[in-house]
Amino acid sequence: MHGTWVIARRELASYSAAPVAYVTVTVFLGVVGYAFFGQVFSAGETSLRDFFALCPRLFLLLAPALTMRLLAEERRGKTLEVLLALPITEWEVVLGKHLAALVVLAVALLPTLAYPLALSQLGELDWGPVTAGYLGLLLLAATYLALGLLASSWTSSQTLALVGALALSLPLYVVGELAELLPPSQRELPRFLDLGRHFDNLARGIVDSRDLVYYLTLTFGCLFLATRSLEQRERG
Amino acid sequence: MIQRLLTDTYPAAGAGPMVQVRKLSKHFGRVQALRELTFELRRGEVLGFLGPNGAGKTTTLRLLTGYLRPTSGQALVAGYDVHEQSLEVRRQLGVVSEDTPLSPEMTPLEHLQFVAELRRIDPRAREQRIGDAVEVCGLFDVLTRATGELSKGLRQRVGLALALLHDPAILLLDEPTSGLDPNQIRELRELIRAIGRHKTVILSTHVLSEVQATCSRVLIISDGEIVADGEPHALAAQHAGASYQLLVEGGHEDGAAIVAALRGLPGVEQVALAPLVGAGAMPPRGAVSVSVRALPDRTDLRRELFCCARDHGWVLLELHRPPATLEDVFRRLTAD
Repeated sequence: MHGTWVIARRELASYSAAPVAYVTVTVFLGVVGYAFFGQVFSAGETSLRDFFALCPRLFLLLAPALTMRLLAEERRGKTLEVLLALPITEWEVVLGKHLAALVVLAVALLPTLAYPLALSQLGELDWGPVTAGYLGLLLLAATYLALGLLASSWTSSQTLALVGALALSLPLYVVGELAELLPPSQRELPRFLDLGRHFDNLARGIVDSRDLVYYLTLTFGCLFLATRSLEQRERG
Repeated sequence: MIQRLLTDTYPAAGAGPMVQVRKLSKHFGRVQALRELTFELRRGEVLGFLGPNGAGKTTTLRLLTGYLRPTSGQALVAGYDVHEQSLEVRRQLGVVSEDTPLSPEMTPLEHLQFVAELRRIDPRAREQRIGDAVEVCGLFDVLTRATGELSKGLRQRVGLALALLHDPAILLLDEPTSGLDPNQIRELRELIRAIGRHKTVILSTHVLSEVQATCSRVLIISDGEIVADGEPHALAAQHAGASYQLLVEGGHEDGAAIVAALRGLPGVEQVALAPLVGAGAMPPRGAVSVSVRALPDRTDLRRELFCCARDHGWVLLELHRPPATLEDVFRRLTAD
């Protein structure tokens, strides 16, 4: 576990030294801010519904930008070999990098806490769905980042890692929509696989263990596969 | 300073060898990179690990660090199995990889702090150890520059500082001087020699003078197999026949006749006329310089050479025996 923290700290330092994290956070806050104020001032609605609906889409695009470098760059620069000559396991490396990326997205979410606080001043706000929604956002972010990290573990090219991350996440993002094209009896599985549906439950304030299990299984499954991929060294 | 950085104790190992390699083989697909490599390294030995490019040197080192898994066979480092007890092995090892890949955006200081933390060097001793490593490797002036901007020689020294930070029992150096200029090579060699007084070292290289300058033992591999193992001088004597340089005044016999006469001696493998250059003072007119190489099992031909000269009435102006070099051994053993 010690190794995980050390790696996470190093990755956070390297995020803080490069533009990608700043751009990600800025784009995220810009888009959700624009949407939120538009909703409040034009529709006069006091809920976080639009904000919660927008976040999954933004994560889909921003998470790969954060993860594409993480493992691909270690392969390309041959620093993976140097790293693994230190007493640290592949799992600690993967987990530490995932944690660092998750912290960046959490930092991006932090200022948005001002929205529910502002809304609670304007009128009645139900804090249950808000809390559950933020928990859902963190789980969703963790899942997208794990998918991106898995793609980054497969290649030494950041571009391929980015494309791979989208190729992994997009199907999980749209599979629920596609389910509507199927006969009703066959919709259950694709609906269950859909990344967004589990989040919708949480954003409505329903904390169902099935949703939590779904996100955690997907996240740790991807991180495990990324670890296995790092163990395959002879591929280069 | 180096005494404070590197202790002479090897806490993890008893009296046993520091490295034991038993029938280690490695295939990459259908390519066999190593064939049943077997050798041992005692503590305090500085091993020159030689071989042509592609002979399997880096593969062997990667098996020792646990980065690659052997196809068959076993390797122990400080008594720990490189595969089963990989983390413990990595605590004992300091590794400088070929070309020292380092994250270009991090500074040497950040690298040192990162490794110190990851290796759990006692926080109270950390600053002191980093300072000592910086001083030993001469990095003080570049500590806060991005590693990517440093020259190759400096990056190599950063790699070495990182490898020494935790006072490793064994140091693996993979072609540490490749791409350095002669001054940097000399400095690094002196450093390796100093380290060798405290640590067990495996120095992989194809630069032969490096081995002669720094190593107490040589292991030569070719095509994934050990072809020679021993002290540099013993190996040179054993595998390359001694050679002799003669400066002869042949009187009425010319160079060709002298060469022909020498070729007839027992134990002589090769005789050649050598150009008369670099001999300092100009040799007398009519003198010829001849080089004679003995067969590998014949170690001393001086008596025969003298008698031959006497019998032919030559004047033997010079007879000397330059020490056989590892280069001769290397060429002989690894050429196809």
